[in-house]
Amino acid sequence: MLDVVIIGGGVVGCMIARELSRYQLKAVLLEKEDDVASGTSKANSAIIHAGYDAKPGTLKAKLNVRGNPLFDIICGELDVPFKRIGSLVVALNEEEVRALEELLERGKSNGVPGLEIISRERLREMEPNVNREALAALYAPTAGIICPYELTIALAENACQNGVEIKLNSPVLGVRVENGGVLSVRTPGETLYTRYIINAAGLFADEISRLAGAEDYRITPRKGEYLIFDRRFGGIVSRVIFPTPTKISKGILVCPTVDGNFFIGPNSNDVGEKDDVAVTQQGIEEIIKGARKLVPDLPLKHVISSFAGLRAVSDTDDFVIRASKKVKGFINVGGIQSPGLSSAPAIAEMVLEILKEEGLELREKNNFNPKRPPIFKFRHLSNEEKRELIRKKPAYGRIICRCETVTEGEIIDAIRRPVGARSLDAVKRRTRAGMGRCQGGFCSPRIVEILARELGISPLEVTKCGSGSEILKGRTKEFIETGGVINAK
Amino acid sequence: MQNRELVIIGGGPAGLSAAVEARRLGIKDVLVIDRESEPGGILKQCIHPGFGLHIFKEELTGPEYAERFVREAKNLGVEIMLDTMAIELTADKRIIAVNSQEGLIEIQAKAVILAMGCRERTRGAINIPGFRPAGVFTAGTAQRFVNIEGYMPGREIVILGSGDIGLIMARRLTLEGAKVRCVVEIMPYSNGLTRNIVQCLEDYDIPLLLKHTVVNIHGRKRVEGVTIAEVDDNMKPIMETAKFIPCDTLLLSVGLIPENELSRMAEIQIDEVTGGPVVNQRMETSVPGIFACGNVLHVHDLVDFVTREAILAARGAASYLADSDKKYDYVPVVAGDGLRYVLPHRINIEAMPEKRQTFFMRSVKPMAKARLSIESEKGVIKSRVMRYVKPSEMLSIPIDRDEMKGIKILKFNLQEEGDSVERGE
Repeated sequence: MLDVVIIGGGVVGCMIARELSRYQLKAVLLEKEDDVASGTSKANSAIIHAGYDAKPGTLKAKLNVRGNPLFDIICGELDVPFKRIGSLVVALNEEEVRALEELLERGKSNGVPGLEIISRERLREMEPNVNREALAALYAPTAGIICPYELTIALAENACQNGVEIKLNSPVLGVRVENGGVLSVRTPGETLYTRYIINAAGLFADEISRLAGAEDYRITPRKGEYLIFDRRFGGIVSRVIFPTPTKISKGILVCPTVDGNFFIGPNSNDVGEKDDVAVTQQGIEEIIKGARKLVPDLPLKHVISSFAGLRAVSDTDDFVIRASKKVKGFINVGGIQSPGLSSAPAIAEMVLEILKEEGLELREKNNFNPKRPPIFKFRHLSNEEKRELIRKKPAYGRIICRCETVTEGEIIDAIRRPVGARSLDAVKRRTRAGMGRCQGGFCSPRIVEILARELGISPLEVTKCGSGSEILKGRTKEFIETGGVINAK
Repeated sequence: MQNRELVIIGGGPAGLSAAVEARRLGIKDVLVIDRESEPGGILKQCIHPGFGLHIFKEELTGPEYAERFVREAKNLGVEIMLDTMAIELTADKRIIAVNSQEGLIEIQAKAVILAMGCRERTRGAINIPGFRPAGVFTAGTAQRFVNIEGYMPGREIVILGSGDIGLIMARRLTLEGAKVRCVVEIMPYSNGLTRNIVQCLEDYDIPLLLKHTVVNIHGRKRVEGVTIAEVDDNMKPIMETAKFIPCDTLLLSVGLIPENELSRMAEIQIDEVTGGPVVNQRMETSVPGIFACGNVLHVHDLVDFVTREAILAARGAASYLADSDKKYDYVPVVAGDGLRYVLPHRINIEAMPEKRQTFFMRSVKPMAKARLSIESEKGVIKSRVMRYVKPSEMLSIPIDRDEMKGIKILKFNLQEEGDSVERGE
């Protein structure tokens, strides 16, 4: 019998898993895809918001402001890059200037530190590429940027090291309830008996809740599309640049990434399907138009990739974080849209409180290790460190991804670490191999080869992102039906 | 820190040709750094014929062409450092390279030739909407999978872009039993060599759809099809013409970009049109003693021209090594009407390595008949009629030193002329 089953390996599920791994209990995390951070956590704005945006009194407001300062500790422990670069909400007309005042007041009542409205002169000095027509801006020094999938993977690794079992490729097919309480969770491979279930299933949290017979709510997928630019232009802005927000969204922004690129986006459109992450032509045009209002001169020739993510929007307009009144032991953690990433540490704290109230005894382990095994990023090392590392392990001297300078050693590590990479995309998220300007053109054949070798499988079995996404279709000569003879006209 | 005379970064056709020439010119210490385990660069995977017609007067495959230079380089005592990647270059010609045996290698070179080649434009660079499933490859990546690794990237294929690698792969995949449904080209003309259109598409009944593009990629996990549409004169898709084509693979052959990350580190001036360094008559960049040749400089259509350019760079490096303090005044070379660019970007007539300088250029559009005229501040100094000009095929013209004596500017113009002869693509 398990104590806790967490459904969903996004940032929220993994944050909860890591928090639980501090205590003496048996916990399992189930993820339906072949890697953690495969849904909303891999495609979002990657911002740790200051917390002025949400309506005072909501969970969003409370947990965002509580979560923000925790990132320094968590990212320090897990060796995850986090940069507190600050954010600016730019006002382009008088009406928007008034809106900034409102935001400032809201921020103050939410308890956001350091907020101030700055003049156009100061804005120009801070961000010379921002629209010269801007009249003023709300400056929030505590906002930061992070890589959300790197954080999620780090949390999963650390939870795993500390005893939480992470089961990938494990979609939940059924939840059994007996005498009004949670009994078991069924996946394709097994049935897990458990005392508590935490539903952190992101876009599918409503379906899991329904499956358990718990409270009914609805999650609507709301798409956001992004364009990401070559690192050469990363310095175009130094802070997160927001437009003045509307009622439905924080708007299309221009934002640096922790890896030195910058992106524009997201737009905000409700879509019918929970796996509709297709980028659209209209979407691309919409975000370019939006971003140009903030930074008129965008290097559009140097876009390296586009992507779309889905926000999990609940019909309650706030996070849904509570123990079910209908099914004892079932805890919903749903509707975690923005500022979900920023709130994640505080969400995990809150979930642990709920578990305690629901009768789970939390006894601390004495051997919890908050740090994960050291991670080597060749490109960030000094020449001396590089030399030393290659001497110890020659695979660090073979550069596989030349755009991002990723070595074979790092790729092997990504595969062998806890919650190791099993696909091209999983390697990419852990090492950045294939994420640069050539987008995997040169390195993908070599990574396929390394994955096949390390996993002891055929290159034909190597996938981009799990079963059904195999990269290659066969050996040469296999498709020739005419016995090898094809005549030209 | 190793001290070397001439270091060539990249062991493809440009680097090897330059190395051979440098040794022939008597440079004793020539080091080629290459990141792969075999020299030859991209030629290794170009197993089709068509190489060497100009240089060797015979038709070779890519590996054969490379092999001739590899053998010659070895005979001449060129040192080739394999499995080694140059990760840093400074303007004072210090190079940092890594490999797994020697670890981190620091080299001080007296002269450097850049020969890093180019990379392919990707889906992101051209912003194709849709999902991001497995089955979207650049043509060169697919070529490596098929010709080097022995795997098929797909069974039913649509190719976007009619660049040469895409055309070559259309034929290659067909020969391997795959079905190439069509090649889709956004421009009203093809972007590959005419001979490739004929030999790789027409001979195999593969349709080439001009003024069309891919407007959507379908499939969550693996490509299930693409939507293509005709484009208007502004290259905007006409959505009423959209149609779905089932396929499991989309190959992209939408252009090549010179790889100048190291050049930028060394603060070498880059031409935004070619994507490569600005060079003078001896292929020397804005940093004295650093030269460039091949696809790192500008994208070539034929490898033979790469070799010729590399020879020029090697001669430049040799004369630099003989006298590194010489300062030059330059005559600017300007691409006027009808031309995207002209190389070299500037010349010093006295310091030309040969008595005539060959200028390379690309036209902005296809022209059945065009007049190339070269003028100085004094007027036209040379002109020539050219037939069947197209942007995909590089133009060249040699000009004698005598013709350029005393001039202050050199401007190239390409003007379409009447009496055009109809010709099909």
